[in-house]
Amino acid sequence: MSEEQSMAKMRAALVEQERPPRPNGIATSLTFAWRALLKIKYVPEQLLDVTFFPVMFTLMFTYLFGGALAGSTSQYLQFLIPGILVQTVVFTTVYTGVSLNDDISKGTFDRFRSLPIWSPSPLVGALIADTVRYTIASIIVIVLGLILGFRPAGTILEIIAGIILVLIFAFSLSWIFTVIGLILQTSKAVMGISMTLLFPVTFASNIFVDPATMPGWLRATVNANPVSMLTTAVRGLMGGRVAFTEIIWVLIASAVLILIFSPITMYLYRNKR
Amino acid sequence: MNNDLDTHNQPLAIKATGLVKRFGKHRAVDGIDLAIPQGIVYGFLGPNGAGKTTTMKMLATLLKPDEGSAQVMGHDLLKEPDAVRTRVSLTGQFASVDEDLNGIENLILIARLMGYSSRIAKKRASELLDAFGLQDAAKRQVKKYSGGMRRRLDIAASMIIRPDLLFLDEPTTGLDPRSRNQIWDIVRALVTTGTTVLLTTQYLDEADQLADRIAVIDHGKIIAEGTSGELKASVGSGVLHVRLLDPSTRAQAQQLLSDALGTPVRLSSDPAALAAQLAGTKAASKALAALDANQIEVSEFSLGQPSLDEVFLTLTGKPAENEEQKEGAKS
Repeated sequence: MSEEQSMAKMRAALVEQERPPRPNGIATSLTFAWRALLKIKYVPEQLLDVTFFPVMFTLMFTYLFGGALAGSTSQYLQFLIPGILVQTVVFTTVYTGVSLNDDISKGTFDRFRSLPIWSPSPLVGALIADTVRYTIASIIVIVLGLILGFRPAGTILEIIAGIILVLIFAFSLSWIFTVIGLILQTSKAVMGISMTLLFPVTFASNIFVDPATMPGWLRATVNANPVSMLTTAVRGLMGGRVAFTEIIWVLIASAVLILIFSPITMYLYRNKR
Repeated sequence: MNNDLDTHNQPLAIKATGLVKRFGKHRAVDGIDLAIPQGIVYGFLGPNGAGKTTTMKMLATLLKPDEGSAQVMGHDLLKEPDAVRTRVSLTGQFASVDEDLNGIENLILIARLMGYSSRIAKKRASELLDAFGLQDAAKRQVKKYSGGMRRRLDIAASMIIRPDLLFLDEPTTGLDPRSRNQIWDIVRALVTTGTTVLLTTQYLDEADQLADRIAVIDHGKIIAEGTSGELKASVGSGVLHVRLLDPSTRAQAQQLLSDALGTPVRLSSDPAALAAQLAGTKAASKALAALDANQIEVSEFSLGQPSLDEVFLTLTGKPAENEEQKEGAKS
């Protein structure tokens, strides 16, 4: 094809396009979620953290510590599985901040920010896609647990409600990591800081052990930890003893996290250099 | 500067007054006024860190100016950022495409965000890939694209709905000459369809070739503005360019020429070349005679308009390349 022809072709492609009606925030957020999920096709390693880690943690804690902590591994499983579900998903939220930081450093977000769309939608979309990842992690933990001998007393609906509660909390918690992802310069730093935050928060909880034997001050801290409340709520739901107080507290904590950290995220996002 | 006919007879794509952006204590943009007519290619020329990209980001609603105001395609930048966003498109300095996705997915993404249905988005995406010569790379991950392909995809993504104003940030930095020419052709084709293009560049020949009007930016200020002809004229009438056969004779030639002409003689970046400003052809023949008398052989000898390089040197007192390699400069 000659120069002339290709130029004519280009001009033809550049004629005035009819602008469709402006899409709403939900539509654009879902489009961004689609983008994030497409990436899994190209970078399947992305799923390592939601597949390999839950399996490793569950096996490690059940067989290394389970017997010593609860008398037998099968007894410990009943206690551990709801907790490890919480732990796995809470840890997965870190990647929200890491991938946001990566994305922004590449300049893709400059274009997104210059589009006439509801401006939080790139972030909300990423979080929706992450929720899909959290769901995968949850299913893996539960299925593995069932294989190893986890026998929940709750109904299927209660188990699903437990998973949904974890997802709600994780979605809310992710906004902390979007803030960190926007403040720090490199994704490595995001990873480091986030892990430093998450280790004490998840381990100073009732995920792995009953806090009854802890010193009083620590027990008070552990019991006030939202992660403990979430774990208690999930244990309750899966064990067929619905713990309404804890569920309410988890929902309040989630709302507070979103109310505080999503405006900060949006402020940082809009004013990012 | 702004009182020429163009700016009066045509509506303005951009009208800006006193734009300032501070990063900490550093004034990245330090009082920039613009009046850019519609339908032209306008070039921001300057070294890295001069404030070109920051100015562009403010005009594209990505950064809020600390001071000043601007109208972009008739909409106030601060009061109606969304209206501005429907009229402009941005192709950033670091490719603003998603390198994890393939070519067609990138274009579908933007088309969907514009509100097209999935079917029309696909159709528009393949149409643009075809027009930009990327149809064979539609299913290839952008990570595996060459620099030129990536740039073309980036511009194609800005053309899902052809914008009235396109911001192109250093469109050819790091490209080979062939890809660079392709981008230049695209920009020229774009302007014929009615889109105004604002581009930044650190390459003088790019501004010279492509831009109808140029603003020379240094340290956050516009230090000169006009057509490339006007900028050259403002520096002086003629420049003598001499290229020697043997680079080792350059120092001697410099001495001889400056004695013969009575004006300073500059060494060009080419190790065999020199340049000097002079008043007329008479001086040129004197210069040639001086070289000839000392058996310094000359491969090229020309009298012409100053290059933009020389314009830049005269305006800033330093060559344009000076700050080029400052990595991580806040531009």
